[in-house]
Amino acid sequence: MKQEHTQHRSKRYGMVIDLDKCTGCGACMVACFSENNVPFKKDETDKRLSITWMKVYRIDNGRDFPNNQVCYIPRPCQHCAGQHEGHSPCVSVCPATATDYSRETGIVSQIYTRCFGCRYCMGACPYHARYFNWWDPVWPEGMEKYLSPNVSPRMRGVVEKCSFCFHRYQLARDKAYANRRKDVKEADYQTACTQACPAGAITFGDLNNPGHAVHQIVKPNDHVVKNKAGISIIGKSQNPNVFRMLERLGTNTKVYYLSSREWVRKAGDNYIADEKPEDMFAEQKKH
Amino acid sequence: MSGNVEHKSDDVNHDAKEASSADQTSMTTSGSGSYILLFFLLGLALSMVAGWVVFPKLLYTQKKQPLDFNHKLHLKEVDSDCASCHFFREDGTFSGVPALEQCLDCHYEKLGESVEETLFVEQYVDKGRQVPWLVYSRQPDCVFFSHSAHIYGANLECRTCHGDIGHSESLKPYEENRITGYSKNIWGSNIAGLKQATWDRMKMDDCAQCHETAGIHDSSVQTGRDACFVCHK
Ligand code: HEC
Ligand code: HEC
Ligand code: HEC
Ligand code: HEC
Ligand code: HEC
Repeated sequence: MKQEHTQHRSKRYGMVIDLDKCTGCGACMVACFSENNVPFKKDETDKRLSITWMKVYRIDNGRDFPNNQVCYIPRPCQHCAGQHEGHSPCVSVCPATATDYSRETGIVSQIYTRCFGCRYCMGACPYHARYFNWWDPVWPEGMEKYLSPNVSPRMRGVVEKCSFCFHRYQLARDKAYANRRKDVKEADYQTACTQACPAGAITFGDLNNPGHAVHQIVKPNDHVVKNKAGISIIGKSQNPNVFRMLERLGTNTKVYYLSSREWVRKAGDNYIADEKPEDMFAEQKKH
Repeated sequence: MSGNVEHKSDDVNHDAKEASSADQTSMTTSGSGSYILLFFLLGLALSMVAGWVVFPKLLYTQKKQPLDFNHKLHLKEVDSDCASCHFFREDGTFSGVPALEQCLDCHYEKLGESVEETLFVEQYVDKGRQVPWLVYSRQPDCVFFSHSAHIYGANLECRTCHGDIGHSESLKPYEENRITGYSKNIWGSNIAGLKQATWDRMKMDDCAQCHETAGIHDSSVQTGRDACFVCHK
C-alpha cells in the first residue's frame, strides 16, 4: 500500500453501538452539538431543517402490546469506505473536492470553505448523515464566546456532517508528538458522543488494531466477501450479533451496530419480509 | 500580446485610410494610427501600474501593534530562551503568544523609563488587561496547525516559518487584507508569487510543498496528496 513509506501504518477509525444498551436519552446528540459548534434555531419543530450530526432514530417491531418492542438507533456519519477504500458515495460525487477520504484514518472529511452547496453529496448519502445550512448560524446572545476554537464554524450555503470529532484526533497527535510517540493511544482519541453516553453503548477506536475494544467486539473479516449481487463487503463482522446499516449496498461503513434481537438486525439491513440473512451471502456459503 | 496589438492597429489604419480618402482632409494615415497605439500603450501601462502597484497597497490596511515588543532585549533577560514565553503545555498544545501573567514576574512594577514600558505597565499591568496582540501568522479559522508536529516531529526552527521576528528589536506593522481580513503574512507581499525565503508566506501550497519534500504527502483519496483533514478542522 501507498502508506507504507510514511511513518505510521494506516488506521480505520470506527465505532460499534450497542443497541441493547441504548436508552434513547439523546445525551450523544447534545454532546455532539456542543462539541462541534452545531448551529440550532429557536424553532426546531421542522426536523427536515434541523442539523443533527448525531441523530437518534426510534423504530419498533410493529407488533401490538404486549409484544411491542422499541429500539433506538443513534446515527452519526457512517464514514463509508465504499467498494474500494475511498469510494464513499459522497466523496465520489463531490464536484469540488470539498469532501475527502483519508487513507490514513479512514475518516471522511468535509471542508466547509471549499463547499459551494450543490448538495450532490446529500443526495448520494444513503444515511441522511449530511445537512445543509440554509441560514448563517445565530447563537443565543453570548454563546459565540463558548464555541470551540478546535472546530471551525460553518456559514450559510454549505453542507456539514459528523467528522468523528477529528479535531480530537489532531489534539491527540499533538500529545503524541510531545511525548515522542508515533501512535495515538486508544484513550486519547475518543469522540464526544462515546464519552457522553451514560449507558456506555458506544465503543470507538481503530478497527485495524486488535488491541482496541472496537476491534474485539466487531471482529472485522480480513477477507472481502461478495454478496449475492456481486458487491464486495469489506470488513464484515464475524460477530453474529453485529450488523451494519444497509450493509448490502456495499457502502462498507465503519459504524457497526450490536443487538441480540433479530428483528433489530433485520431492520438495520432492510430485509424483505421473509428473506433470510444467509440469502444475502449465498455465494460466500458455497466455498 | 504583441500580435494582438498589431492586428488592432492594422484594422484602425484601414478604417482611417477610407475616411481620409473620402473627405480629402490633410490628416495622415500613419499619424492617427500611432496616436491610437500610443493611447493604447499608455492605458496598458496605467492599468499595469494600477494592478501591480496601487491595488496591492489598497488591498491591505496597516495596523499598529498595541505595544512595541522588543525580542532582542528580552532574550537577554530570560532563562530559557524562546520557551520562557512560547512554551508547550504538557498535552502538546502550544501556548502561542504569551499571556499577561507571564510578564508579571518582572513587570509587576516599572523597571525603567522607556515610553513603551510605561504604556505597558499603566495600560495593561495596572489594569489587569490582556494585551490584544495582532498575530502575523494567524491562519484562517478552518486551518489546523500543529507546532508540536513541526518542533518535536520535524525538528524545524522557528525561523523557517516566522523569519527573524524572534530576534527583532521592534514589531513591524500588522497588515490586514481588506477583503478577507487575513494577515498579509499568509499570502505574502510578492504579487508575482515569487518567494525568496521560506517564511515569505504560508499559504496552503507552501505547507503542501514542504510536506511533499518531507514525504508525508499521500493520504488523500481525492488529490493523492495530504488529506484535507491533516491541516483543516
Ligand atoms: C519575554 C517573552 C518572550 C520571549 C523570551 C520570546 N518572545 Fe516571541 N513574542 C513575545 C510576545 C509578547 C509576542 C507578541 C507580539 C506579536 O504578536 O507579534 C511575541 C511574538 C512572537 C512571534 C510572532 C508571532 C506572530 O505570528 O505574530 C514569533 C515568531 C516569536 N515571538 C518568536 C520568538 C522566538 C523565536 C523567540 C526566541 C528566540 C521568542 N519569540 C522569545 C514574547 C516573547
Ligand atoms: C525576565 C524579566 C522580564 C519578563 C518576563 C518580561 N520583561 Fe519586559 N522588560 C524587561 C526588562 C529588564 C526591560 C527593560 C526595562 C528598561 O530598562 O527600560 C523590559 C522592557 C519591556 C518593554 C519596553 C521595551 C522597550 O523597547 O523599551 C516592554 C513593552 C515590555 N518589556 C513588555 C513585556 C511583555 C509584554 C512581557 C510579557 C510577555 C514582558 N515584557 C516580560 C524584563 C522582562
Ligand atoms: C512549520 C512552520 C512553523 C514553525 C517551525 C513554527 N511556527 Fe509558529 N506558527 C506557524 C503558523 C502556521 C502559525 C499560525 C497558527 C494558527 O493561526 O493557527 C504560527 C503561530 C505562532 C505564534 C502565534 C500563535 C498564537 O496562537 O498566538 C507564535 C507565538 C509562534 N508561532 C511562535 C513560534 C515559535 C517560538 C516557534 C519555534 C519554537 C515556531 N513558532 C515555529 C508556523 C510555524
Ligand atoms: C518547512 C517544512 C514544513 C512546512 C512549511 C509545514 N510543514 Fe507541516 N509538517 C512538516 C513535517 C516534516 C511534518 C511531519 C512531522 C513528523 O511526523 O515527523 C509535518 C507534519 C504536519 C502535521 C501533522 C501531521 C500528522 O501526521 O499528525 C500537520 C497538521 C501539519 N504538518 C500542518 C501544516 C500546516 C497547516 C502548514 C502550513 C501552515 C505546515 N504544516 C507547514 C513540515 C512542514
Ligand atoms: C498541508 C496542509 C493543507 C492541506 C493538506 C490542505 N489545506 Fe487547505 N489550506 C491550508 C492553509 C494553511 C490554508 C490557509 C492559507 C491559504 O488560504 O492558502 C488553507 C486554505 C484553504 C481554503 C481557503 C479557506 C479560506 O478561508 O480562505 C480552502 C477552501 C481549502 N484550504 C480547502 C482544502 C481542501 C479541499 C483540501 C483537501 C483536498 C485542503 N484544503 C488540504 C492548508 C492545507
